[in-house]
This record gives sequence, structure tokens and C-alpha cells, in this order.
Amino acid sequence: MSERLRIENLYKVFAKDPGPALQVLRKGGTKDSVFETLGHVVGLDDVSLAVPSGAMYMVMGLSGSGKSTLARCINRLNEPSAGRILLDGQDLVPLDEKALREVRRTRISMVFQHFALLPNKRVIDNVEFGLKLRGVAPAERRRRAEEVLSVVGLGRWGYHLPHELSGGMRQRVGLARALATDADILIMDEAFSALDPLIRTEMQDELLRLQRTLNKTILFITHDFQEALKLGTRIAIMSEGRLVREGTPQSIVLEPGSDYVAAFTREVDRARLFDARSVMKAPAVLWRGSAGIVVGGPEGGFLLDQEEQVVAGLDGAEIARLQETGTLPAEQAAPICVPEATKLIDVARCYRADRSVGVIDEAGRLVGLLGAEQILARIANLPVQEREP
Amino acid sequence: MIKADDLAIFPVDQWIQDGVRWLALNLRPLFQAIKWPVESLLGFNDWVLHAIPFPAMLLLIGLIAWRSAGVGVAIFSVVSLVVIAMLGVWAEAMTTLSLIATAIVFCAVIGIPIGILCARSDRVWNVVRPILDIMQTTPTFVYLVPVVMLFGVGTVPGEVAVVTAAAPPLIRFTNLGIRMVEHEIVEAGLAFGADRRQLLWEIQLPLAIPTILGGLNQTVLTAMVMSVVVAMIGAEGLGLVVLQGLGRLDVGRAAVGGIAIVLLAMMLDRITQKLAEAKSGQRPSLFQLAMRFLRGGRREEIAALPPGEATRQGA
Repeated sequence: MSERLRIENLYKVFAKDPGPALQVLRKGGTKDSVFETLGHVVGLDDVSLAVPSGAMYMVMGLSGSGKSTLARCINRLNEPSAGRILLDGQDLVPLDEKALREVRRTRISMVFQHFALLPNKRVIDNVEFGLKLRGVAPAERRRRAEEVLSVVGLGRWGYHLPHELSGGMRQRVGLARALATDADILIMDEAFSALDPLIRTEMQDELLRLQRTLNKTILFITHDFQEALKLGTRIAIMSEGRLVREGTPQSIVLEPGSDYVAAFTREVDRARLFDARSVMKAPAVLWRGSAGIVVGGPEGGFLLDQEEQVVAGLDGAEIARLQETGTLPAEQAAPICVPEATKLIDVARCYRADRSVGVIDEAGRLVGLLGAEQILARIANLPVQEREP
Repeated sequence: MIKADDLAIFPVDQWIQDGVRWLALNLRPLFQAIKWPVESLLGFNDWVLHAIPFPAMLLLIGLIAWRSAGVGVAIFSVVSLVVIAMLGVWAEAMTTLSLIATAIVFCAVIGIPIGILCARSDRVWNVVRPILDIMQTTPTFVYLVPVVMLFGVGTVPGEVAVVTAAAPPLIRFTNLGIRMVEHEIVEAGLAFGADRRQLLWEIQLPLAIPTILGGLNQTVLTAMVMSVVVAMIGAEGLGLVVLQGLGRLDVGRAAVGGIAIVLLAMMLDRITQKLAEAKSGQRPSLFQLAMRFLRGGRREEIAALPPGEATRQGA
């Protein structure tokens, strides 16, 4: 994936003259020390990150961590004090007012926490808003707005006023308004935080569904770690204006790197986060014969044909007999196999005692084995121990 | 012990007298230039209002009241006008109405742009705000002295005083309305690339309209009050009826003027108040509140007044 947005050494100090505060920060000062010595509030302290094209990039942090400041610096609703913001290689920080307006109209759009819809305008006019500012002809922008409204599932609501809609529907309007301008980057600032939990889940699913077809580059700001895990392809965790951890959801949960991050990962539902591939162990060959190859271990194994396709499953007793006598059981059970990307919760659902679960790739070849041990160890957050077969 | 009388007295009265006299002598062309548009519009409005036949006027005001405030207010307005006519002060009422109508035009033309400027720049607002404070705390008839010295006596100088007194609420409410527009919505405008002009016309003004209309209601009521007071400097209208009654110790005549003034004021308040209310949803006027209170049984609505309502009267 190519890189869409890159932020380099970005600082934001809320002060008329950020110079002294920047010096303190660059010499290793913190948000607190700047506030104590100079009385200035630090929003961002040396933040660098890269957002790949098509990513759902989550910026996660508690209130006051600078996550919203970061989002607002990207379209310069907040002016950065120092640093570079590269959108497709073009630095946005030195842009003058006119060029900045052009970037806001065509390349970056935004979804707001409290929707920020115009209450006096109909839904369709709200969706048209960005296009109208850009000077798109009325017929053209109406056509585009109707198109986007049906994409977010509000095709029939265009001619209602926003207050006639529920919170979730209003945020769909906010999303449609942001999508209508067809910008390269979508900034979603706590977009689902003001919604009821059930509606929030629904909107998250909806966003994931939309993202599969739209493939936008989304920068999503949230204070909810679960939301970050669910939606994100990458997560950046912020604290005190600094970026403290960045990576894929799985890598962050596995290696929080600090107590601050570990506090978030503690409550994570690992069974839904990790997939079979992340915990499977490599299959070991137990037996070769004319009927094929048997791979596995004492808790169970699989009979493969010459093309490494899984033919049958063997339980622990059958494996033991095979190793003693060298004969395959006369009646062979159907194998239990799952694709690599299956979440552990679903693996657990098809698990049976005294049998291994096979992990197969897209071609149907066996690439790994899963026992109760591997599944439970990952869910319990223990290091997975490799046991020799 | 030092007494208040022992202190040297500043001749402030002399200074102001000299200052105003200097202005009157040296800036006479300026004041004549200010007077001219007022005189023209007032003359036109006065001519139109007196030229419209009585039944047509009833129909017109009834229609305006009905369209903007509903059937109840329309009936009330028509009945009020008939009563005013039966009191024998129809022509005077029309003169007062033309004073107010003219004042609305000038207040809107002057007040709304100043209000917008104030909302956009804290520096402007910091200059304008104390001036508005002074203007609004000054008793209305104190305006009369400088107006007489600068513009002379009569209906036209009276109108200048009316406009001067009635403009501040509209400036204040326009400023307030724009500043009160939800920050996130303004931010959304900026985030989608609105320039200053688009921000004003697409977001700030439309969302400030309910508040601006509330200011218009205040302006109309202040203009009503002032149009009566300026009778003291020779302006015609219902105020003159009251003044004549008082001068001749004719209580009946004064009361007739007074009743007509109250009816006209209630009519104007209800029409303009409903205008603001229709735009913003829930905002009962003072008169409506008083009526509800008198009728009783709906006190919960009075308790649930928006906080802005308390300042309405003060502003």
C-alpha cells in the first residue's frame, strides 16, 4: 500500500508565541513541565506517523491526549506550531488561505462528533454542502448527493429536516456529507461517540461495510479502545500529546510496550481479535505411507493426500495406535478445518475434545494445527509454548 | 470634615453645551445629510399609510398578522385597529406607525451590519459594546436635547431620535445571534472550505435569524416607546395626543392617546414576537406570558423559560 498521509515531528502549543515552549519540548520537556514553567498548553509533542492509502487508521487516546488536536491540525482547523503534514507528498502547513481552502474543499473532509448539520437545511442540502462551497452546479450536486445518500442507506430521507432523524441517521448524513466531496482523506472525529451503544455498533458495522467498497483513507479519532480494535487496520495511541504506541491491533495487544497501553489492552476480548493463523503451530509429519501423510501430534492429527489436501481427521487414540502399529483406522472421521483468518471465538465453536483443528490456506492446503492449548493460551494472554510433537 | 460641596465643581454642563454647539455650527452639512434620507423615507411612509383607505389597512395588517403570527393575532390586530379608529385617533396612529416603520428600516440597515462586524471582530465589539451600554442605560428623553440642538424640532428630528434609541437592541442581538451559532457547525463550514463570505451567508446568518428577529421585536418596542416620547420635541402622532391632554389637564384626552398606544404596541409586539418564535420554536412573548399568567394553570411554561428571556426585557 502506498502512503497517503505522513506527519513529521508535529508540534502544537496553544500560545501566541510557541517558540519558548517548543524549545523546552525539544530539550525533553513534557506537557506538564511546559505548563508549569510557561503556562502554555501543549496539544501535540513531536508526533510522527504515516497513514497508508486505504487504511482505517485509528488515533486513540483519553481526553486531553491530543488526539482531536491532531485531527484538527491535519485540515488546519488548529494551526500546527511546527512540523510537516504531507498529503501525497505535499506539505499542508505552509499553504496560504486560498490553497488551504482548496485542499479542504477537495482533498480532506470531516465527520463531527455531534454531527454539526445545518438544522435549517434539509438532509439533501446538508449533503450538498461541501459541493456547494466548491461551486458545483445545482443539478450536478443534487445528483451526487442523492447517490451518496443511498450509499449510506438514507435514500428516502433526503427531503426531511435533520431534527426529524435519529442520532444514528443524522451521523449517516454527516458521513454522506463527507463522502459527497470525494475527498482523499476522511477525518472522523469521535464520529460515533455521541451515539447509543447499540446504534454505535450498527454504525461501526456499516462503516466497515462501506469501507470494503469505498476503500477510503480514513483517520478515525476515538477514545474507545474496543472501537479502535474493531475498526482499525492500524492504531496510534496518544497520551499527553505524544504518540506512545503505533501498530496493528494484534501487535498492540500482544506487546503493549507500556503500562499506559497495557491498561487498555487488559480488557480486550482476545478471542474476537486474534485469528487462527496468529496462534497455529506448524504441522509435524508423524507417518508416511501409500495412503498419504499423517501430520499432527498426540492430541490429534490429519491425513493428507499427495497434494497436501486434508482427507481425514484422526483423534489422539488413533494417532497413538498409528504410531504403535503403523495402521490407519478403518473408518476415518471428517476433518475439522478452518481458514487462516478465522477468529479464535469461531475456532472455539468448532473445537472438539481430543481432536486438533486444522488451519488451511486459500488453496485448501494444511498450514497449521490448533489445539485447545493454543487457543486458551492466547485468550488468557499467556505466551504460546511450542511443544514438540 | 470635608463636605461634598467643598470640592471644586467641574463645569461639565458648560463643556457639553459648548461641544454640542460647536458640532451644530461646524458640522451642519453632515447633520443635514443625515436628515435627508430620514426625511424622505418618513415622508413616503407617512404618505402611504395615510393614503391607504381604512378597510384596506385593516385587511393588510390582518393579512400580515395572519401570515406571520396566526389567526388569533390577526383577529386581535384588526379589533385593535377598529378600537383605535373608534377612539378618533386613526390619523395619529398612522403617523406613529410610519415613525416605527421608518425606524425599523433604518435600524435594520444600520444595526444588522454593525452587529455582524461586532460578531466577527472582538476589537470592534469592545469599542461598540460600551457605547451600546451608554445608549441603552440613558433615559430615552435625554436623547432629545442633543437631537434638538443638532437637528432642530419636529417630526423628522423626532425620527432621528427614534432610530438612535431603537438601533442598539438589534446590534446587540445580531452580534449575540452570530456568536451563539454552535462552534462545531462553524468548524464544519471551515472544514469543508467555506470562505468568510460563505461562512456568513451559509451558516452564521441563517442560524442567527431567530435571535436577530428577537432583537427586531425589541427594536420595534423601543421605537414604539420613543415615538411617544419624541412628542416633546414636536413630533406628531399618538404621543402628541397624550402630551396635549396632559398640557390641558384633559385626563380623558390623555387616556385616549394612552389606550391607543397600548393597543398599537401590543399588536406590534405580538406580530414581531411570533415572527421570531416561528423561526426558533419555543419563545413566548412577554405579553403572552402575562396573559398565561393571568389565566393561570400554565405556570410550568413560565418556569421553563429559556435563560435568554430574562435578558429580553433588560436589553
